[in-house]
Amino acid sequence: MKPISLLVSFAVGLVFALGLGISGMTQPDKVIGFLDFLGSWDPALMGVMGGGVVVYLLLHRVVVRRGGPVLGDIFQIPQRTDITPRLVAGSAMFGVGWGLGGFCPGPALTALPSMTPHVLVFAGSMFAGMLLFRVVDPLLTRRADAKAERAGADA
Amino acid sequence: MNPDMTQALLLALAGGVLIGLASVALLYSHGRIAGISGILGGMLDANYKEFGWRLAFVVGMIAGGVILLLTAPEAIGTPTGRSLPAMVVAGLLVGFGTRLGSGCTSGHGICGLSRFSGRSLVAVLTFMLTGAVTVFVVRVFLGGAA
Repeated sequence: MKPISLLVSFAVGLVFALGLGISGMTQPDKVIGFLDFLGSWDPALMGVMGGGVVVYLLLHRVVVRRGGPVLGDIFQIPQRTDITPRLVAGSAMFGVGWGLGGFCPGPALTALPSMTPHVLVFAGSMFAGMLLFRVVDPLLTRRADAKAERAGADA
Repeated sequence: MNPDMTQALLLALAGGVLIGLASVALLYSHGRIAGISGILGGMLDANYKEFGWRLAFVVGMIAGGVILLLTAPEAIGTPTGRSLPAMVVAGLLVGFGTRLGSGCTSGHGICGLSRFSGRSLVAVLTFMLTGAVTVFVVRVFLGGAA
């Protein structure tokens, strides 16, 4: 990997984190207030998604018109369109954790240098959850494959 | 809308614009979707060619956190009324769930919605709903403490 590639990635991560901090996403109480639709709802964080989506919507189309990325070979953009139980179940789990802890992955990384017990514990567990997924995922996939095979045999 | 709320909304918008620009930059440079759970989780895949830029991105985010702490320490907070055991459960759910669901607030919420991805729309609606239900349950049934 070329040094320029690492440097650009570092810079992009840094700007991303500043964006999270400026927006309020690194304040879990604000996030919890934003998710409290039936209570004293704080709508401010709608602006994060609004601002991010508008910029990405307008600019990503211009970018992908190039044949490929400047420092890589190809654009790696998800092409899947199937709504799967995994997508829904995973997103549901994520939401519960988000509402419970007030952090999603980006803000948890950004808040790490504050070294508070809450963020350290959250980030450590988040990483453990990702590791656990790596262990469990092959088992889930194998079961799904076996099920598909059985369904194929039935048909 | 009161002035405080207007200011919070403007800051959120400005932060969102920065996040959008950073995400577009990563697409332009590396051809990648700026999904934090994917960038972080992908570091666990034994693919050494991919490891470098992912680590650099994560280190960049942490460096951003350091800058925030030095310039605007109030920008980084901790949740009130949440115990450390609750944070363990929350972290596990966020880590496992974002990998199972192929993305989080950034990958699905910013990049996915901008591409009009049906999968991302379903993901965002799902995690907003379960997040809201969780906050409601903690506030109403657990007296605001978990």
